[in-house]
This record gives sequence, structure tokens and C-alpha cells, in this order.
Amino acid sequence: MNIVVCVKQVPDTYSERRLDPGDKTLDRASADGVINELDEYAIEESLKLAEATGGTVTVLTMGPEKATESIRKALSMGADKAVHVLDDSLHGADAVQTSAALAAALDKVGFDLVVLGSESTDARMSVVPAMLAERLGLPQLTYASKVEVDGSAITVQRQAEYGYDKVEATLPAVVSVVEKINEPRYPSFKGIMAAKKKEVANFGVGDLGLAEADLGLAGAATEVVEFTPAPPREKGVVVTDEGDGGVKIADYLASQKIL
Amino acid sequence: MSEILVLVDHADGAVKKVTLELLTLARRLGEPAAVFVGQGYDNAKSILAEYGAAKVYVAADAELAEYVVAPKVAVLASLVQDRQPGGVLLPSSADGKEIAGRLAVRVGAGVITDAVDVRDGFVCEQSVFGGGTIVQSRVRSGVPIVTVRPNSAAPEAAPADAAEEQVSVTLSDADKAARITDRVEVEKGERPDLAEASIVVSGGRGVGSGENFAVIEALADALGAAVGASRAATDAGWYPHQYQVGQTGKTVSPQLYLAAGISGAIQHRAGMQTSKTIVVVNKDAEAPLFEIADFGVVGDLHQVVPQLTEEVKKRKA
Ligand SMILES: Cc1cc2nc3c(=O)[nH]c(=O)nc-3n(C[C@H](O)[C@H](O)[C@H](O)COP(=O)(O)OP(=O)(O)OC[C@H]3O[C@@H](n4cnc5c(N)ncnc54)[C@H](O)[C@@H]3O)c2cc1C
Ligand SMILES: Nc1ncnc2c1ncn2[C@@H]1O[C@H](COP(=O)(O)O)[C@@H](O)[C@H]1O
Repeated sequence: MNIVVCVKQVPDTYSERRLDPGDKTLDRASADGVINELDEYAIEESLKLAEATGGTVTVLTMGPEKATESIRKALSMGADKAVHVLDDSLHGADAVQTSAALAAALDKVGFDLVVLGSESTDARMSVVPAMLAERLGLPQLTYASKVEVDGSAITVQRQAEYGYDKVEATLPAVVSVVEKINEPRYPSFKGIMAAKKKEVANFGVGDLGLAEADLGLAGAATEVVEFTPAPPREKGVVVTDEGDGGVKIADYLASQKIL
Repeated sequence: MSEILVLVDHADGAVKKVTLELLTLARRLGEPAAVFVGQGYDNAKSILAEYGAAKVYVAADAELAEYVVAPKVAVLASLVQDRQPGGVLLPSSADGKEIAGRLAVRVGAGVITDAVDVRDGFVCEQSVFGGGTIVQSRVRSGVPIVTVRPNSAAPEAAPADAAEEQVSVTLSDADKAARITDRVEVEKGERPDLAEASIVVSGGRGVGSGENFAVIEALADALGAAVGASRAATDAGWYPHQYQVGQTGKTVSPQLYLAAGISGAIQHRAGMQTSKTIVVVNKDAEAPLFEIADFGVVGDLHQVVPQLTEEVKKRKA
């Protein structure tokens, strides 16, 4: 089975995240980049499925030069090769455009299964997997907490508020995973060494047959009009429990008309 | 005045509060038209009318519930094409966001998720980076498609006609590609939905064990609240994963968020920072969550929380 796993590099939550005052896009250069956490679960699930079916795993990333670090990490976990969609005209792309670029890249490389994380920690949109299913006209098997492949049949448990739905489809398909699906492996020393020699193909906008005018900030369907730091919360009251802590909270809630 | 489509979030006709919030927001932007997909419209009718739906589009074909997300996209896409609405509002739930994303691709529009306010001209306010930055954004091509977080507006009644119009769509093969074969409901009590609740009581590693979560649940029940948990608690298996609050869990924005035995790591704060009032119980006075608490008690939650529960019961009696 030919699996492509979509991996996004995001600014580390621990570092200061900010928007660039100039073009109001995420300042990716000033923060440390890490693999979007849920994408590590996507990589792990892809590796497992490839191991079980004798398939290959290709990493697909769209992002600036710096995203190569995350690609190498995914390769060191065991993915076979990678495709990096790298083009300055993509800077400032929104979800509609990102999904268009990823769909075009997927068409070009070919696949039986696409695996994604269900949410990125920077955008937190949770839309790219569904958008890819829409663009590719493929089954949407998102929020999977369990994936089973049997020949060309695929079944997932789609996590929901009330429990889960069992969803069935035929490959090719688009899957996104939630965090409880598995435990991502750490790259081994051997894996890290091997990753250095693995192939990373760079695709530009021209290679994907996309029109430059539709891409990047200028062609985005959404825009940030302005942004401001959130006003800091006013400092509250902290008391030490002297046997009446519960009562004190009740008093406070009553004073706020919550109780 | 142009129509504003509002996708109704419901379970067999029991309408979720977020829908009433969306109808309230829609009134500022145009004429609210609810879109009801699925079974049980009879149960939903009067409340949609009460909260201002001038019109209700009803798509009740049983087939629509058999497939993942795409049928709702098909219904909305056909309405967008036929009615040229001024915008589409959906709840920021897992399904709501996916429907919004696919709809944007299908009708060639832009999509904004997790708005906490939508103003005249469809200018959307979002709270990003775990609540650290407030962004004003807008859709600049095609019909604006916006998902709104629960608890972003106070629902206001404004009786309207709720004139009913049946809608039927033909699903494409692609819409039918992912088929739901079974629905497995884990036991769910009487507590409100975590994302929608106006009060959330959360427990963390400090709770100590799965059994001890009874302390958290008892307070939640006394307050009529939902229960949440930190990742340390869900990872330990003390509480089910779907109740996790934070960066990799739910984002909540209730009137009151009460955290017990949670240190307040940045990933946890990312999911609760925009709560109106935050109350913290922790035995460590240095716990970072105290920094954003409106009211905090340094103490043992096993003493403080049960006492609070008793006090709440007493005062409510
Ligand atoms: C990529 C990533 C994503 C993450 N996503 C999330 C997420 O979505 N949600 C989330 O919650 N976390 C998330 N985390 C984990 C987060 O970093 C913290 O590890 C986690 O929130 C800690 O949970 P906790 O506060 O319950 O535990 P701890 O940090 O161990 O804190 C327990 C607290 O309980 C107090 N305590 C102990 N006993 C008592 C007592 N008897 N009475 C009162 N207080 C007591 C202690 O003083 C301490 O402050 C994520 C981490 C990473 C790396
Ligand atoms: N630029 C990107 N490159 C590769 N994968 C991406 C990119 N953006 C989003 N994804 C994938 O889509 C998932 C959901 O992202 P989002 O919809 O932005 O929350 C992520 O977990 C990734 O798997």
C-alpha cells in the first residue's frame, strides 16, 4: 500500500507565537519549528499500516525551507521518502489554498491512502483533511481512533461526542487521526542516520500546475484585518485554605451571581 | 435583507444551545434562515421560531444520515447556489468545521473557523495562540462561511415565522463514499455537553485516581456543570479522552471554569483561557494556573472541593 502522510511544521507552543505586523501572517521564522503533534500520530499509523501491508510511506509537507527539519524527523521515524511543496508564492496561504496545493501534490505522487493529523496546533482549524477529501472526491475517514485495512476495504472508528461511529469505505481514502490512536515511536540512532540519505523531492507551484495568482497571501479567500494582544486578565484573589476554602469559593461565586 | 443560513446542530430534533446563539448572531447580519438536516424536525420547530428563524429549510431524507459530513455539505451547497445567502454560520464542532471546510471548497468561498464574535459585514473575531492574540478577520471571496464557538453570544428570543421549506438533494457518489455502518454510544449521563456547558469543573493529576474523579463529578452535578480533565488525567486513564480540555482536546469558553489539581501548563490553558471566570484549587501556591485565576484557593482539593459541593447544595436548596 502506497501511503502519503501529510506533516505540517508548526511553531512550538512553548515559544512565543506571534503574527508578523507587516503582512499579518504567522511569523514562522522567529519561533522554533516542530512537527505538529497530531501529525506524529499520523506518521506512526502510516508506518504501522505500511509494515502490515508491505507498503511505503511518503511524507508530504508544504512549508518554508525550515520545514525540512520536520521532514527529516519524519524520515528518521521510518518514512521512506518525502515531497516538499516549497515555493515563496505560497507564503500566507489559507486553508482553501493549502488544501489545493496538497491535493495537486497528491495527484502527482499517487497514493492508496492519505493520512493526516486531525488538527494543527497553530491554525487549529481541523479542516484540511475534509477539504482534501472534497477536492479529491474521496471518502472522508476523519477523527479516526482506530483504522483497519483489509485489501481495498478500510474501516475506521470516527470519534464523536457520544462515542464513535463505525465508518466504511473503499481505498483510496483520506484518513485523519486523533491522539489516542497509538503511541508515536522515537527515531532511533540508525533511523536518524538513514534519514540523511533518503530522497526529498521539491515541488514548486509550476510543478503542480497551480496558477500563481490563486496562491499565497494575495489570492487568499480570507484575510486578517487587524490583530491585538489579548488584554491581560485582571489579577484575581488567591487565598489559603484554612478549613473554609470551599465556603470561600461559594461566597465568591455568589458575589459574581454565578451561584 | 439577505438570508443568513444557520446550520442547526441537533440530536434527533433536540436543538443544541449553540444553534440559538448562531440565530442571535445571524440577526445582526441579515435574516436568519435555519437549515435543518436529519430527522426530528417537529421537535425543533418551535424553538427555532422562538429564536428568530424567519425561514427553515428542512432536508429530512433518511439517506442523509448514512454518510460522513458530505450530505450536509450537499444541502448547504445547493442552498448557497439557489438562494445566494449573505453568509453561512455553523457551530465550531468537529462536524461543523469539516462541513464548513468542504462547503468552502465546493462553492469557491473562504472559511473562518472558531470565531468568538461576528459583526456587521461579517467581520469575525478570533482568539488565537491559546487566547494570547485577538484577530479580526474576514472572508474576501465568495459567500462568508464561518464557524462560531459555543458560548460566544447570549441567545436572545425574537419570535419569527419559521416558514418551512423542504429541500431535497441528490447525493453524488463521492458524497456517499464514507458510509456510517454503526453508531456506538458510550454511556452518557445527564451532564451538559462539555463544549456548550456554561460551567465546567475540571480535574487534573492532583485528583489522584479514576475513583477520585467522583469528587469532581459531585461538584459538577451540584452546579449543573460538565466535567473536564487535563491531559495528565486522561493519559492516566482516570477519565475518558473526549473530556480532555486543551490544545489537543476541547476548547471551552464557559461562564465559569473551575480547575482542581491542574497545574496550568500552556497546552491546558490553550483550551480554557477565554473562560469568563476562572476558579482554581491547587495545593501548590506556585501553580501557574493561579496567574489567570479570578479566584484561587491554595489547599487540598480533597478537602476544598467536597466542602464546596456541600455549600452549593445548601445554597441552592
Ligand atoms: C504537544 C502537547 C499537547 C498537549 N495538550 C494538552 C491538552 O490538550 N490538555 C492538557 O490538559 N494538557 C496537554 N498537554 C500536557 C500539559 O503540558 C501538561 O502536562 C498537563 O496539562 C498537566 O496536567 P495536570 O495539570 O493535571 O498535571 P500536573 O502538571 O502534574 O499538575 C497537577 C497539579 O495538581 C496539584 N495537586 C496535586 N495534588 C493535589 C491535591 N490533593 N489538591 C490540590 N492540588 C493538588 C499539584 O500541585 C499540581 O499543580 C500537552 C502537552 C504537549 C507536549
Ligand atoms: N502545510 C501543510 N503541509 C502538510 N500537511 C498539512 C499542512 N497544513 C495542514 N496539514 C495537515 O492537515 C492537518 C489538519 O490541519 P488544520 O486543518 O490546519 O488544522 C494537519 O494535522 C496536517 O496533517
